[in-house]
Amino acid sequence: MQKLTEIYINGKKLRINAEAERSLLSFLRDDLDLTGSKYGCGEGQCGACTVLIDGQATRSCITKLSAVSGKKITTIEGLERNGRLHPVQEAFLEAEALQCGYCTPGMIMSGSALLSTNANPSEQEIIRFMEGNICRCGTYPRIVAAIRKAAQSMKGGGR
Amino acid sequence: MSEHKIVDDSIETERYELLAEPPYHFNLDLDRRDFFKLLGGGIVLVFALDAFASQESGDRQGESRRRAQSNSTPKEISGWLHIGEDGSVTAYTGKVEFGQNIRTSLSQAVAEELRVPVTSIRLTMGDTDLTPFDMGTFGSRTTPTMAPQLRKAAAAAREVLIDLAAGEWKVERGLLAVKDGKVINARSKQSLDFGKLTKGQKLLKVISENAPTTSAENWNIAGKSVAKLDGRNFVTGKHRYTSDTRLADMLFGKIVRPSALNATLVSVDAREAEASPGVKVVRDGNLIGVTAPDPQTAARSAGTIKAEWKSAPQPSAKELFDYLRKQAAGSPQGNERGSITDGLARADKKLEQTYTVAYIAHAPLEPRAAVAEWNKGKLTVWTGTQRPFGVRGELAEAFRIPEERVRVIVPDTGSGYGGKHTGDVAIEAARLAQAAGKPVKLLWTREEEFNWAYFRPAGVIDISSGVREDGTITAWELHNYNSGSSGIQHRYDIQNQKIVFHQSKSPLRQGSYRGLAATANHFARESHMDELAHAVNIDPLEFRLRNLKDERLKAVLNGAAKAFGWGKSKHGEVGYGIAGGFEKGGYVAACAEVSVDRANGKVKLLKVVEAFECGAIVNPDQLRNQIEGSVVMAIGGALFESIDFDNGRIINGRFSRYRVPRFNDVPMIETVLIDRKDLPSAGAGETPIVGLAPAVGNAIFDATGIRLRSLPMAPNGLKA
Repeated sequence: MQKLTEIYINGKKLRINAEAERSLLSFLRDDLDLTGSKYGCGEGQCGACTVLIDGQATRSCITKLSAVSGKKITTIEGLERNGRLHPVQEAFLEAEALQCGYCTPGMIMSGSALLSTNANPSEQEIIRFMEGNICRCGTYPRIVAAIRKAAQSMKGGGR
Repeated sequence: MSEHKIVDDSIETERYELLAEPPYHFNLDLDRRDFFKLLGGGIVLVFALDAFASQESGDRQGESRRRAQSNSTPKEISGWLHIGEDGSVTAYTGKVEFGQNIRTSLSQAVAEELRVPVTSIRLTMGDTDLTPFDMGTFGSRTTPTMAPQLRKAAAAAREVLIDLAAGEWKVERGLLAVKDGKVINARSKQSLDFGKLTKGQKLLKVISENAPTTSAENWNIAGKSVAKLDGRNFVTGKHRYTSDTRLADMLFGKIVRPSALNATLVSVDAREAEASPGVKVVRDGNLIGVTAPDPQTAARSAGTIKAEWKSAPQPSAKELFDYLRKQAAGSPQGNERGSITDGLARADKKLEQTYTVAYIAHAPLEPRAAVAEWNKGKLTVWTGTQRPFGVRGELAEAFRIPEERVRVIVPDTGSGYGGKHTGDVAIEAARLAQAAGKPVKLLWTREEEFNWAYFRPAGVIDISSGVREDGTITAWELHNYNSGSSGIQHRYDIQNQKIVFHQSKSPLRQGSYRGLAATANHFARESHMDELAHAVNIDPLEFRLRNLKDERLKAVLNGAAKAFGWGKSKHGEVGYGIAGGFEKGGYVAACAEVSVDRANGKVKLLKVVEAFECGAIVNPDQLRNQIEGSVVMAIGGALFESIDFDNGRIINGRFSRYRVPRFNDVPMIETVLIDRKDLPSAGAGETPIVGLAPAVGNAIFDATGIRLRSLPMAPNGLKA
């Protein structure tokens, strides 16, 4: 069975020994105990498992380990730097853009991926980009507001 | 038909709310030493309900059963508060946090009375070893019952602290006050913090219903928009849900599911799985499962098990409504006033219509999960349930052990909406752990969550009515089959009426859901009201107001209408609708603006204004959050959510086949809050969901002239 022996995650290179056919989500959660990325559907439909792979928002539940060989992975645990929250995380708190919080890490990862390629998205652009993320508590309007807020604060030279 | 009045302001008993037998008691025999052993030294305030007040804490039927069983325990403990020897304040409640933000709102109540910052309050929730018995977190009861109880405990604690300080300083207690976590003597400028006062104490005080508290007009901490207290743990991914819980030496479980609902096991061939290293196959009655060192092995091994199931033919979605009507059985529950015959005779126009609602799924984003551990005959289960004590009872029964040997711990959970009342996953995990001799984690997949949980009941509602040209409703007869009785009573002023709920036999497993049947009953009633208004050519808002004396309902209708700019006439393909109602102590009205593209049938919800009044507002921003969330969730059930099933199989049980509201479905939402500081606070997690569907249906009618009487109204757009 093919193995993956090295993974770049949250700025660190890790030596691993994992079946390359496994899902990235399961590896993150069960092997590395990085449980911020959530299982919601297992078919890439809800976005709760979203991580960044080379900066791209990616559904880790349908991504095999073999697909991330040599690539840089960022999970929700890697957004905070030196105790400082990422502007998108800050904005979610300010806009109270969560209820149960289970979709929140995936929403934040998707939102930060959007802002890294489009610094000032319109409301329609946010909606189009975020359409693959489900919030059953229905905080969508607040999430849109949070992403706009984060875009504003990042203009000031944030990340 | 048996007649009994159920027209009053209290909570409607809803058969779907409680799926299991209730209550076990903590009673006041609990020794004070037990408390200090459990909580450590300091002071403990125990809130005890008297027998009368305890009716409020749960469903009335359950309560009367309980009281009939034991009339020797007039008092029941429902909450306690501990101030430790280090001055820390911890409140204990059996309620659980599922995203409704009660961890924050209950902390506000405690902080208020203790005059401390809200961030200094700790709340221990939903742990059957540490918190007092609670029937469960449902029915929007946390705010109206638990908050005042913890508030009373905190207020009493404040008085105890003052007594202690007065004793310490040997001064009149009237000279002392509590401020910023200290007792202060304004005259001598002396102060003592809580820790200094509680050091070395073991004081237990029982307080009762009539303990005085701060009135809403004088709230400083409640009534304000406090952010989710531990919000940072959620935006960083640090919070550990049940599904993130990990124990040393833990195994992973997987259940082999039947081929159809209600199927029984005929034979099993598990040889391949049994031969896999580290894999254990567990079979007990209808349950087949495996444990393995990792989740992939567990899933893979379970997949190799060949099981044969048998099931009898079962009804399908297409015959559902006929089936529910035909299967109506038992004694109908309802009431009658005046004479329907006379009322219809006086009417200028008569109307008979039937409304239906489909089964829908809660689809909480965190599927059911449990981690179970047996240790020296004691079972501990971490699981996201809305009924920790109920699930403890289910576990005790399943394993035939006393409840004292079962502990259920509920980490703050990834939502439920009434869908996580039962202990299925907890029992499965515990059975696997028992067989494996090690802790087991069991996570349901999304497909399992859709297939093996339970649904919001489907239903059929018939209404026949009569109205005079001046808008007076002269007769109102409603029959609800299977959907449920929540919200079946209305606030309109109608002389002749008959309202009946008929139980039926449900082809699918059904249970509680946010707002219960109030959504179905409001959809039928408020659609029908719209039909009556059009029948006599009266504006739908004006028509409602003419038939209403209830000032609170009038206030929300007028509040929503004003903010919405009600009175606009439809233009092109855009129409407007209004609906209102009352349930669980809250009053709601919604106005909707909808466009319908007649060429492609696309229905687009453009704008919703929802007014809500639930007494004194505890946390305005969180209240808005709940209202917005309810509106969004309601869009699914109103327009497109529906469980399709055929002969015991769910056809669309995954997110790629079951559409839930997403970003693009959400209209502009405006909330109108009416703060009634003169009224007790009611819960807000449910009732804001009931107004949307009829408002949208009425707007679609306004836009197109097409009346839609089935939820969901436009699963594939509007083809006509």
